[in-house]
Amino acid sequence: MSPADINEDVIKESSMLKQKEMISANYEKLTSAPETGQKVASTYVPGNLNELIMCFDMLNNLPEINAIQNGMRKQSGAMIQDAEKMGHSEDVCTYVKADIGNMAKGAIAPNGKPMPVPDLLMLSYTGCFTFLKWFELLRDQYGCRTAMLHVPYEGDGVITANMRDYVVKQLKEEVIPTFEEVSGVKFDIDRLRENLKNSAKAEEDFVWVLESAKNKPSPIDAYFGGVYYVGPIFTAFRGTTDAIDYYKILRGEIEQRIASGQGPITPEGEMKEEKYRLVVEGPPNWTSFREFWKMFYDEGAVVVSSTYTKVGGVYDYDGFRHDPDNPLESLADYCLGCYTNRNLPMRVDMIEKAMEEYQADGFLINSIKSCNSFSAGQLMMMREVENRTGKPAAFIETDLVDPRYFSPANVKNRLESYFQMIDQKRAGGSPSRAA
Amino acid sequence: MKNTSEIIEYCQELYEDIDFTATRKWKDADPARKVVGYMPVYVPRELMHAGGILSLGILGGGDSMEVIHGDAYYQSYICRIPRSTIELAVTKRLDFVDGMLFPSICDVIRNLSGMWKLLMPDVYVRYFDTPQNFISGIGGDYYVNELRELKEGLEGIIGREITDDQIRNSIAVYNENRRLVNAVYDFRTAEPWKAPSWEVYLLMRAGMVLPVEEHSQLMSDYLAAAVSEDKPMRDNCRIILQGSFCEQPPLNLIKSIELSGCYIVDDDYMLVTRWLLEDVPTDGDPLVNLSEAFIKHSGETAAKYVPDAADKGKFLINAVKDKAAEGVIFAAPSFCDPALLDRPMMAGALSRTDIPYISFKYAENSGQMQPIREQAGTFADTIKLWSEAS
Repeated sequence: MSPADINEDVIKESSMLKQKEMISANYEKLTSAPETGQKVASTYVPGNLNELIMCFDMLNNLPEINAIQNGMRKQSGAMIQDAEKMGHSEDVCTYVKADIGNMAKGAIAPNGKPMPVPDLLMLSYTGCFTFLKWFELLRDQYGCRTAMLHVPYEGDGVITANMRDYVVKQLKEEVIPTFEEVSGVKFDIDRLRENLKNSAKAEEDFVWVLESAKNKPSPIDAYFGGVYYVGPIFTAFRGTTDAIDYYKILRGEIEQRIASGQGPITPEGEMKEEKYRLVVEGPPNWTSFREFWKMFYDEGAVVVSSTYTKVGGVYDYDGFRHDPDNPLESLADYCLGCYTNRNLPMRVDMIEKAMEEYQADGFLINSIKSCNSFSAGQLMMMREVENRTGKPAAFIETDLVDPRYFSPANVKNRLESYFQMIDQKRAGGSPSRAA
Repeated sequence: MKNTSEIIEYCQELYEDIDFTATRKWKDADPARKVVGYMPVYVPRELMHAGGILSLGILGGGDSMEVIHGDAYYQSYICRIPRSTIELAVTKRLDFVDGMLFPSICDVIRNLSGMWKLLMPDVYVRYFDTPQNFISGIGGDYYVNELRELKEGLEGIIGREITDDQIRNSIAVYNENRRLVNAVYDFRTAEPWKAPSWEVYLLMRAGMVLPVEEHSQLMSDYLAAAVSEDKPMRDNCRIILQGSFCEQPPLNLIKSIELSGCYIVDDDYMLVTRWLLEDVPTDGDPLVNLSEAFIKHSGETAAKYVPDAADKGKFLINAVKDKAAEGVIFAAPSFCDPALLDRPMMAGALSRTDIPYISFKYAENSGQMQPIREQAGTFADTIKLWSEAS
């Protein structure tokens, strides 16, 4: 999500440096919390209530991001195996096992210092069942307070008044009082409004960034690059002026790239020729992220839209913005609208729309072994999208942070066949069904 | 009076019939009749009953059904129940079902609700999201409205209103059904040699496809027969089986555990039959009563959040004590997120109270029982040795 500080040899733009500074500073704050006395809340990317957390002067620690960081540093494999030795099943989410394995090793942050024990587990149960168990497991280990926010699933593809009221009531009567108790800071709704105002500003530029991929050539890669772009808005920075600044800088850089007709920046420099425009569903693989990305840019494939950049909030599809005039309702709508909290028909509609608006040549699913929230039903989604758009689709399988489930030769072969299929379709042939 | 063998033989016929002939017959008897399917763990069947609708428990295709189409819908790392349930649908075995409810148990069943919408756009489909907040004024209020929305959906199927009095009446019918379910379970706990678990299992499975009144009668008959029948008591150990609340094990697995020297004195199969732990009041607002029963008096399973860390595992530990069990067998389906993520915490709670346990995984079509028999047999032997030493 925010791995800007990992790939040292990536050509750095100002926005990358800015994000790297932000991330480093946040890890410094987190790891020095025992000395500074600042309280720490752990929470998840989907349903992340950063604006609210900041109202209590608390820091936001996201275990998924830590697992990603450890995945990209090639450390997650050993952590997962340690967790399995401790009795965690080989069948379950590898984010959870990487996190638990990391705890067993002293919970070392990317800056090399130990992470503090959280003062509060903010269990925002949004779009992923595993979240519920994950924080029960952490609670079992840490023995710290837990605030549960149950976000109902959009089973019928709509947010009902009952769902919104339920979330707001939980915020008012359960979550906020718990934050007040843990932090010792009284809730100030005007402070929340101010944070939400900041969020909305950043969200405007963020959406502009995502939609810049409608240009030909696309100035961004909305998957491999996208995971960097979502960093601030999905993590500990939404609602901050830092996030506003970051997206302003990023937007400026992309405007320049559009003006000069440039493609996306890859780890090996600017992508020269855009041959294939893809929409991608599912999270990326983190343990071989660079290798995975290379398989695309070497072939001239650019991802113009991805569903993963909506997992921490959907801002482009139906125009949601955090609303300072309706602060708690707005937080509820944000949580309810996260991508994996939407039902499968909605997800198919979103992909179909992206295929059309971004003039994609094809649809690719990276199916993640660990993540049933994303993965269950994806084969059917693929067929639906293929039928509706008439564009070729393909399916590859990897994992989030377990290196045992990334098979480079298989993935590369599948992708190469897929690109040939797109060529064949363009040449007027009738490609066989999904690769 | 029928004996237990005759009753169980009938239940086994129902269990093996993956075309749901009994339910189809019930529906065909009157053109106005409707059937609504539901998946584990819990739905308020009282509401369907109040509308004259038969609730059909869908627990996958079992080990007798070959899954051909279903595998094309799922990756290899996803459990078997959704693929065999899809198989039931695409092979038209569920073509008589007017609606489907998918309770909030895990992401796979949740997403299956969306797949069902895409597969069968003309069927009423509802993802039934029960609250994870257990405060009456918060989760309870939300749940009352969820029940109201479900009631309205069912009214759409039957084309008429479901009245409060009808719901109250159905609550009474299901209170009676739960009393009988609990009586069967209590009887097995007390004299497990007289009510083998595979028989109890089939008896409960019958409740998934029969009208509730027939199921209640069946249990009543079984109890009457079982009490009077003499079966030899074996020197088995008493275990609780945990983790099988969704995808069901093959019947042979249950038999194998018993044959290995274990009496199963409690389990979490088909929790819908005894999810509510107390009678639901039959006066007052019936939706509020159902909601309060869920919020305050419902069972525990891995799909349900435990707000207080100190209570985690207590439900199981109390069951071990109440049922005089000597150990726990965690038997979870492969790739079952709720059961497998929960297991380390439950195992930890057991360890802290010196309750022995073992774990294994299965799929609904598991065929090889020898390893399970050996593992369960060794577990039983070990328990016997410990208890003799103590």
